[in-house]
This record gives sequence, structure tokens and C-alpha cells, in this order.
Amino acid sequence: MKFGVVLFPGSNCERDMFHVLSQVMGCEVREIWHKETSLDDFQERDCIVLPGGFSYGDYLRTGAIARFSPIMEAVIRFAGNGGRVFGVCNGFQILCEAHLLPGALLRNNNQQYVCRNIHLRADGPDSLLSRGLPAGQVLKIPIAHGEGRYFVPPAVLEELEANKQVLFRYCNAEGQVVPEANPNGSLNNIAGVRNLAGNVMGMMPHPERAAEPVLGNTDGRLIFESLLGALEGARAGAGALAG
Amino acid sequence: MSEQQTLTQGVTVETAEQLGLLAEEFDKIQRVLGRIPNFNELSVYSVMWSEHCSYKNSIRWLKTLPREGRRLLVEAGEENAGLIDLGDGLACAFKIESHNHPSAIEPYQGAATGVGGIHRDIFTMGARPIAALNSLRFGELNNSKTRHLLRGVVRGIGDYGNCFGVPTVGGEIYFESCYQTNPLVNAMSVGIVEHGKTCSAIAQGAGNPVFIVGSATGKDGIHGATFASGDITEDSAQDLPAVQVGDPFQEKLLLEASLEAIATGALVGMQDMGAAGITCSTAEMSAKGKCGMRVDLSKVPTRQPNMKPWEILLSESQERMLVVVHQGREAEIQAVFDKWDLHCVQIGEVTDTGRLEYYMEGSKVADIPAESLVLGGGAPVYDRETREPAYLAQRETINPRDYPVPSNALRAALRLAVHPNIASRRWVTTQYDSMVGIDNASTNAPSDASVIRLKNSQKALAMTVDCNARYVHADPYTGAAIAVAEAARNITCSGGEGLAITNCLNFGNPYNPEVYWQFVHAIRGMGDACRRFGTPVTGGNVSFYNQSAEDGPVFPTPVIGMVGLIEDFSQRMTLDFKRPGDLLVQVGRLSEDMNSSIYLQIYHNIAYSAAPEFDLEEEVRMQNLVRRLIRAGLVQSAHDLSEGGLFICALESAMAGRRGFSLRTVDGLRKDGILFGEAQGRVLLSIRPEDWDALQALAEEMGVPVHLFGEVTDDAVTVDAQDYGRISEWATRYEQALADMMDAPGA
Repeated sequence: MKFGVVLFPGSNCERDMFHVLSQVMGCEVREIWHKETSLDDFQERDCIVLPGGFSYGDYLRTGAIARFSPIMEAVIRFAGNGGRVFGVCNGFQILCEAHLLPGALLRNNNQQYVCRNIHLRADGPDSLLSRGLPAGQVLKIPIAHGEGRYFVPPAVLEELEANKQVLFRYCNAEGQVVPEANPNGSLNNIAGVRNLAGNVMGMMPHPERAAEPVLGNTDGRLIFESLLGALEGARAGAGALAG
Repeated sequence: MSEQQTLTQGVTVETAEQLGLLAEEFDKIQRVLGRIPNFNELSVYSVMWSEHCSYKNSIRWLKTLPREGRRLLVEAGEENAGLIDLGDGLACAFKIESHNHPSAIEPYQGAATGVGGIHRDIFTMGARPIAALNSLRFGELNNSKTRHLLRGVVRGIGDYGNCFGVPTVGGEIYFESCYQTNPLVNAMSVGIVEHGKTCSAIAQGAGNPVFIVGSATGKDGIHGATFASGDITEDSAQDLPAVQVGDPFQEKLLLEASLEAIATGALVGMQDMGAAGITCSTAEMSAKGKCGMRVDLSKVPTRQPNMKPWEILLSESQERMLVVVHQGREAEIQAVFDKWDLHCVQIGEVTDTGRLEYYMEGSKVADIPAESLVLGGGAPVYDRETREPAYLAQRETINPRDYPVPSNALRAALRLAVHPNIASRRWVTTQYDSMVGIDNASTNAPSDASVIRLKNSQKALAMTVDCNARYVHADPYTGAAIAVAEAARNITCSGGEGLAITNCLNFGNPYNPEVYWQFVHAIRGMGDACRRFGTPVTGGNVSFYNQSAEDGPVFPTPVIGMVGLIEDFSQRMTLDFKRPGDLLVQVGRLSEDMNSSIYLQIYHNIAYSAAPEFDLEEEVRMQNLVRRLIRAGLVQSAHDLSEGGLFICALESAMAGRRGFSLRTVDGLRKDGILFGEAQGRVLLSIRPEDWDALQALAEEMGVPVHLFGEVTDDAVTVDAQDYGRISEWATRYEQALADMMDAPGA
């Protein structure tokens, strides 16, 4: 079981993701250069991570150029074969542009970039990112984006909700999903979604920025522990939580 | 070909003066060359001898600053930035620089390229930038142009830094009418490098190839250095092409490629292209290596056809580096830049002539001794006339003690908490990525200085930028010393100890004797304080000509960027109140002094008064005590008293911890002076009640007065038993004030 972190030109959270996965979570991680064309050294149970940043400067539209990077064809094949793919922030935007996830991330409704802690709640207990989380658990995780307003056409939104594809919603500190807790105008306070099969996941907040005691917040670690627990097949995530 | 200036096509003194050179400087150029310069050469001298590049009106005084210390790995001015030893094989490169004039004209690009330029200074040395700070000054916030400038500058800093991927972790913003036309935008970068992995800005070894890497060269920013060396006038908008355009994506690629290139060991030296572009980088690298360069300008990748030699020489297009490579290892460097899809083109070679010889399509278009261009070489050095400013005499006639004590201090407190120079900076700071890099330990635990952990180490850095220019205006010597003391105090309150400073000296026109008097006295005050704190000056930047016809010179604003070390992260101290019942203890002398306080300005309408009380020796003793108390585990929170005095200090700690507090003022001393005065050398601690005796004993031993002012409460704020409301109400007002002012209808 290992992770691959894709490095696009303009990625700037790849080192953070690499550090947390390898140093904090103790996983095997390989950096993947965007010009690579094969992920043959990864198995279905491994996970490819698209990190945050400004791939290709986010010129034209966020993630719009990165989706044409050579590595993305391999990522699409990998996902098609059931391999796990996880995009954070710009990585989420790229996954939407590549049509691996539904929807689009639009400019924040106040037209400003925003970086601060927000609160999140897992929408269901059964995703790869929320397995092992106590029911209703509120996580404090930072966001840092100018284009994070999740949008899909009404019919798709209905489908998304019916299929329980929403991973996380923005909420207040008490866990209530209310408009005041929505930092960017996302539909239904959506902070992250998955594909129908559940193996491709994207979220705007940065769990890797909240995974170490020295930074005063370890809530993000729960998301990685959940992912790892799922990767290990069993409910090991719950055990890791206790530890 | 026909348009090229040959060496025999001389120019006149009128042309020299149009480019900002003095007649005496034009004579000097002729003596150096032994002939009349052509236009290309004159352009080169005009930028290299501009104030911005040559420091001709400041260098004599800068040399009086303390520039040595056991932790300094390079001397001030030796490299692009200062370098200090952190132990454990690590070093820290850091520097602050101004981008005032471009930001006055085009706030977004001006601020953005200021950020880009200072980061390049850091990574050209081989250090990876890990944190950015900034120090900003604007006119009154109720003016719609100020809000336009603030919006543009904040967006420029944000867009560049956020994309480049270095967190903006700290800074300061002040609003004063003197900055209305001429705002100040100072940007600081801090980077980390392992010993032995640094790169020098030097050219050596005749025959070694010279490359230009990074972005193509365009017509932006031509004569930017000259532009920065003149007053802002109505016509400055005509200088728009002198403002550069930034591309943070290119800079991110250049960062990664540069660090990889340095790691190959194939580089002789590297220097970024900031002010005066190819001219400055070829001149400084050659002069440092006591060699020359032959450069073919027609090989430089350009953004548009038919650029003239002087345009290529002077272009300040961003995101470019000049690189000297060991002969025979060109392919290794080429491979690195190819990987990152960046230009990497050989444009010349190192020579042993000591001359800069520039060619264009086969003909020589300029030929200049490198040494003659640079600071420390042939660049002119002046000592300007000084005269004590007339306003100082006027100021001394005011005695704040002639003014009545208000019957209800709460009203003043409410106004202070939402004053533009005190209210929460949240509207600004949430627009910056403050967390990328996952080293900012202040996000969830704020301190007076920003605390940045060092991965794989017990150590952390504490960093801050400080300058209360109102104090410097009131008394340049004392005010500049206070700026150093406050920076050191912020680091002390974070559990660290200052290592060194970088400075950004923002002043008016140096040819105005009153401005130069301010400059000289500020340098003296800064030097004395730096010597006493053991924090040498590693470098920085001088920005003169910050003035306009309407507003006159800006307040003298010598901004101090200080980096300190926390030897063990567990000794890091935060500013938020922790537990109800903890005692509030002021360390430092009790004072009712109100001079130069914001309170005096807004409540008694005294715009100018003397500098606040400050005693350097008391300040040092006080800080030594605070550090000792923190290390002894006797402190729960520490926050220094600055703008707004004791009340605002307690309020900020209370809001950060979502606690209340009760204060008791002192019999026999003015209540407003106690609550809102800004006398220096004071820190407010919260401590556990059981630690009071131990604290008193240590304070007595070290000869520092302490005073018990009250305690932390659950939620209520009281002063002398009067109900001042709940902390949540204060927090809402304080946090919302700046956003409300930004949304106010245009004035």
C-alpha cells in the first residue's frame, strides 16, 4: 500500500502532503512528475493524491490546463480501474476539470481569496475519508482558495445528494450546516464530493495543514487515518483513532 | 543595426540630467571612460548610480550600523540577503525591501512584484523561502483612494504569495495622512538553507559561460530604479511603463529550478535580476569577482522584436536570473531548466578584463569598467546637509498633562478598539495564504511574533516587522531605537531571542536637510539599540524620495524586520489568556505617560507630541526578565504594550483566549495614562496565582518593577469595578471594524 503525490508545475502543497503522508502517517510515498505517463507501479488499493497549489498558474481557469498534463491520462485510467484518487483544493479542481468528479469550483461568492480555519462535518459514515469518524464529529480544517464555490446543475445536485456522494459540508462549530458557515457560497455547503463508485474523492479544505500537534490542530489527521483504515480494508481506522 | 548606438555616438549633459544624473556625475563618467559615453552607457550609469542601486546618499551612515556578530555567515551588503547561523547545520537568509513608488501608481502589480523581488533575493542564495511578512502604510482610511490602494496592494501581495506558495505570516499596517499620495509597501522574505548549500552572487573564471534563465525580457520596468529615485508627482502616472508586471507561476518554476541547479554544484554564481535588470546583475557579479563579462544582448530572449540595447540592458522584467556556470558543465544546468520549461540561454562569458562589454548583432554597444558602476566601487558617495526640522521645536511646547482626565474612560476605550491603527487585521490577513508549507505555528496559537517551526528540529524561528513612525517623527533617534526594541520585545514575548535585523529605511527627499537630519538620527538610534540587543544589521534597503507636493515628506519610517530563535519549541509563548483566575502582571515601570499615543490623538486631538518614555537599559532588563520567567515556566501568556496601551493589550489577549479580564488602575496616577498610554518597555503577563511569589522574587533579583493589575475572568470586562461589557461584544466590534470601513460609501 503506498501513495503517489503528483507534482504539476505550480503545485505548491505537494511537499506538505508528502511530509504528512510519509513523516506523520508513516506511509510509503512517491513523488510523481507531471510528465510521467504510467502509474504501473501502483496497485488498485494504492492512492494517487493531487495536491493543492496553482497548477500552470491557474491561468485560463483553475485546473483547466493541468487536466491535459501527460500524467492525467494515467490517472484517469488508474481511477477507471478502481484505483483511489484524492484531490485537495487545486487537486479537487483538476479532478472536476478532468470529469473524474462532477461539478465545478467557481470564484468565491465574495470575490476574494480566503485562508482561515473552517468547520466541516462528514456527510455520511461510509466514505473512504470518513470511515472511523464518530458520528456527527465536527472537524476544524483550514481552507485557502479563491475558487472554491462548488457548483453543479440542479439535476446533477439532486442525483449527487440521492447517491450520497457528498463527502463533507461546511458547518458551524456546533456542527450545524447553516448558510453563515458557508465560506464561499458552495451549493448545499458542499466542501467535498466523491464519484459514484467512491474511489475518486475531492475536497477544498486542506487536511494536511491540520495533522500535527506542533501546529495546534490535528483534526486533519483523522481524515488520513480514515483513508488509511479503508486502505487496509478493515475498520483499522477506528483503532488508529484511539491510538 | 542602423539604430544602434556606437561607442563614438556621444551624448550631452542635458541627456544625463534627463536620466536623473547630476552634471558632476556626468563629468565623473567621462573621466572613468576617458571619453563621452554613448546613450547605452549613460543609461547604465544612470540606473547604477541612482539612489536605489548605489545608496550614494545613505551608505556613509549605513556603515555606522553594527554589522558583525558571531552568528552572521555573510557580512551586510556582501550577498543579496543576510545569512545567519541557526545551529544544527541550518542557516537563515532574510531581507526586507521597499516597493513604494510602483505601488503608489499601480498598487496591484507594485505590491506583487515587491513580493516576487524579495523572494528572489532569498532563493538566489540557495535558501528556500518559508515565510513572508510585510509592512504597509497608507493615508486616511476614510479616503476612497486609500481604500483603492489598500485593496490593490493586499490583492497583489496575496495573489503573488499565494500562488508562489510561501505563507504570509505577519506584518503591520498603519494609516496616517502623510502617506496619502505616497504609500509604503515593504516586503520581507525569510528562507532556510543548509550550511554548504548556499550560492554566491559572483562571477569568476575567465571563459566560464554566462546564462540568462527564466522569463523573457520585455519593455516593462525600464528606468524603474531611476523612477524610484525621484519624488512622486502628478506626472508619475506617465511613468507607468516603469512599473513591472509579475508572474508568480514563473517565479515558482524559477525557485524550484534554481534550487535544483545549485544542488548540481555546476554553478559558479547566481544573481536575480531586480532593479536595473541585466545591467545590475552583470555589473555586481563581475565587480564582486574582480572580473569582466562579454555579453551578446541579441541572444537575450525577448518578448517583442526590435528592442534597443539600452532597453534590454535596463528592462526590469521579473522572474529572471543571471547564472555563471563552470565551463564544461553547461548541459547539467540546461537539463534542469529544460525540465521546468524555462528559458536558459547562454548570453556571454566571463573575462579577465574587468570590463563589461555589451554587443548587439556583432557590434559593441557599450564598454564600461564593472567596478566603476557599483556600490563600494566607483559609484558616488555623498554626505548631505542636515538641519534640525522646524516642527520639532513646535512639538515640545505641548504638555499632555494640561488636558483633563475623562470622566468615563470606557468611551475612549470603545473608540480605540475600532481605530484603524488598532482594529483587527483579519480583513487583510485572511486574503493571504498564511499556512502553506505547514510550518506556521501561530495559526492556532498567536504570539507577538510569528512562530515558524523548523522541520526535523527542536528549534523554531520567531519573526516580526515593526515601526511606529509616529514615534520616529516625534524623535527620530528615540523612535528608531523603539522600533528595534519593540521588534525584540515581540520576539521575547514569543519565547525567543532576537538574532539579527534587516531594515527598510523609508524617508523623504535626502536633498532636504530636514529629511536628512531625520535619517541620520534614526540611523544613530537604530545602531545604538541594535548594539545593545546584540542584533546586528544584515542588510536591507533604503527608500528615499517618499514625498509629494501635497503631503510633504512621509513620517520617517525605518521598518525593522527581526528574526529570532526559539531554541526549544516547548518554550514558545503565546499571547492569549488561558484560565479565569490567572493574575495580570505588568512587567516594567509603571507610567502615566501619554505622549504620541493614539489616545492623545483621538481623544484630546493632539496630533503631535513627544516620543513616549523609553529607556534602553530598562527595556533590555525587562526583556531579560520576561525570557527568564518564560523559561522557568512561570508564564501563561505574554503580550507587549504598544498602540492603545494597557487596555488594548489586555483586550487583545482576552479576545484571543475568549476570556474576560478585570483591571484596577493605580491611585495617584492618571487613569487614562495608565490605561491608554504608550510608554515603552512594558509587557503584560498572565500567570497562575501560585507563581506570583516566584515571579516577584525573580523580578527583584533582576531589578525590574512588576505590578499586579488584575486578573483573567470568564467573560466580563471590568475596569475599577465598572462594567465594560462582555468580551464577545468587544471581539465582534474589533474584528468587524476594518471590513466595515472598507465597505463604507466612498468619500
